[in-house]
Amino acid sequence: MSAFANLRRGLAERRISGTLILGLSILLLIVLISVIGPLFVDAHNATVGAVTPRRPPSAQFFLGTDSQGRDMLTLLIYGTPNTLKMGLIAGFIGVGLGLVFGLLAGNFGGIVDAVIRIIADALLTVPAIAILVIIAGNVDRMTTNIMALVVASLSWMFTTRTIRAQVLTIRERSYVEVARVNGEGALEILFREIMPNLLPFIVASFVGTVGSAILAVIGLEALGLGAIEETTLGNTIYWSQQSAAVLRGYWWWWGPPIVVIALIFLGLFLTSVGFDRFANPKLSRRA
Amino acid sequence: MSRELLSYFAKRFGQLLLIVFIAVSVNFLIPRLLPGDPVQTAIAKLQVSGAQQSVDVQAITNAYRAKYGLDQPMLAQYINYWRDLFHLDLGVSFADFPETVTTKLMNALPWSLSLLAVATLIAFTVGSVLGALLAWPGTGRGIRALVPGLMILTSIPFYLLAIILVYLFAVVWKILPPAGGMDTTRIARLDAGTVLDVLRHALLPLLAIVLGNVGFWALGMRSQMVSVLGEDYITFAEAKGLSAWRVFFWYGMRNAMLSQVTALALAMGSVLSGAVLVEVIFNYPGLGSLLYAAIRGQDYFVIQGVVLMLIVALAVLLFVVDLIYPLLDPRIRR
Repeated sequence: MSAFANLRRGLAERRISGTLILGLSILLLIVLISVIGPLFVDAHNATVGAVTPRRPPSAQFFLGTDSQGRDMLTLLIYGTPNTLKMGLIAGFIGVGLGLVFGLLAGNFGGIVDAVIRIIADALLTVPAIAILVIIAGNVDRMTTNIMALVVASLSWMFTTRTIRAQVLTIRERSYVEVARVNGEGALEILFREIMPNLLPFIVASFVGTVGSAILAVIGLEALGLGAIEETTLGNTIYWSQQSAAVLRGYWWWWGPPIVVIALIFLGLFLTSVGFDRFANPKLSRRA
Repeated sequence: MSRELLSYFAKRFGQLLLIVFIAVSVNFLIPRLLPGDPVQTAIAKLQVSGAQQSVDVQAITNAYRAKYGLDQPMLAQYINYWRDLFHLDLGVSFADFPETVTTKLMNALPWSLSLLAVATLIAFTVGSVLGALLAWPGTGRGIRALVPGLMILTSIPFYLLAIILVYLFAVVWKILPPAGGMDTTRIARLDAGTVLDVLRHALLPLLAIVLGNVGFWALGMRSQMVSVLGEDYITFAEAKGLSAWRVFFWYGMRNAMLSQVTALALAMGSVLSGAVLVEVIFNYPGLGSLLYAAIRGQDYFVIQGVVLMLIVALAVLLFVVDLIYPLLDPRIRR
């Protein structure tokens, strides 16, 4: 009941914008399709040679088939959750690491801060794909889980920067000063006073990190470094490239995965824009 | 030159050295941290695939032994690695043995560099002006209607945009070539025909990178410009009766550009990552395609070489941006 009341108040104060709702709806729709979808299609149709190859979309194959004899709709329905899964795992790990490093740097300062800040800044300016190629290229048997870990290793810097900057400003607020004078310990201040105020920044970082992780995953897959044996959106595009599907005019092969990927990114983008406004009510008053 | 400026440059140069150091160390360490002998694995895979019948395994193994001396202690290998780098010795290509990696890199670099530089410059300039216009109260509805389009363009990874462009321009309308750096039958000479041919082939990759980035710069500039236009000095400039154009460019854009240039430094890494993939889609003869071919052919030294080149090239580029920054922001100069 209180959640519902909060929602109504948010709408009334125009904190919850149409952008946020649209973004979340797109994401929800994609998640829903990946959860319910498998009930309506036969997983067997996603294996090589299951159906007639190279069929354009028709009543029998809604999105056509690829040249290895796989049904595109089935591929999409099984590939989307895998791609989302990699993004979410990498997002959780990346934001977790970023949070820990950011808190360490912001809270303790000194040499810890200097080392973390310099490494994070240096890694932020390095083209991620270069380092990821080296790591992924040296993995013997790639799976979607390993892929998520590989991408997560370079997904923490942005969160670290954001959290560190926030901790530095929040530490100077008067309520933290009051807590300190009241005799709260360093950890108590960190978890009871500072952490709750970081929450919006953590959520915002998470949305951004999931997006860039999915971007990196699809990029690696396009280079042929993905979990080749598993069904993902990036791999579908990789196979279509391998078979020159674009030049041969099989638009139904690469088109739908691009649309789904674009929708995922659009959903994440709108959510983060809308969330900014939600977390930072000053913005909505100006616009 | 003031002391502040000097220390600014020193700091930036230190960062450049740090990035190069990290890049080289990562390149050196990761293959050694993972189980197994990377080059032996690569050679074994080459033999299994049977794609390179002409490969002289013995010669490659010898070249590799000589280069890495894996029986030596780690530190000696590391020093050795740096010494080779200073001699621009990055090893030899397995696929085109005995062509050196350095030659391959030098052939590919101009293609990538010119494509990326021109595309980024166009996207950055057009995006910034567009973004500033979007924040300007006097801008018409026609330009404002672009915002949703810009948002969609920003959200699509631009190598996927590249696929759509190939399909439209090369397959459906057949007005531009789908792939390559120039016609395969053409002998490269410095004449009008060659130049036109190269430009014609560069147009689609260029368009993909520009379209994919312009939204990012426009949306960033818009939010900057909104806050700059709220400043008192803008009101003052308008009250003084300065022309709208002067307030827009000299008072508004010039100040909003500062954070755009800072953003440029942070965004270049992901732009480069995307450009690598755009090259793969277009089979454009730059570093990206070289990397792709090397990954497919398990061409170990070439992969390492391209990765190193990408990181170092970007670090140098960022250093140049940092050098330009004081020109834009006089506060650093003083």
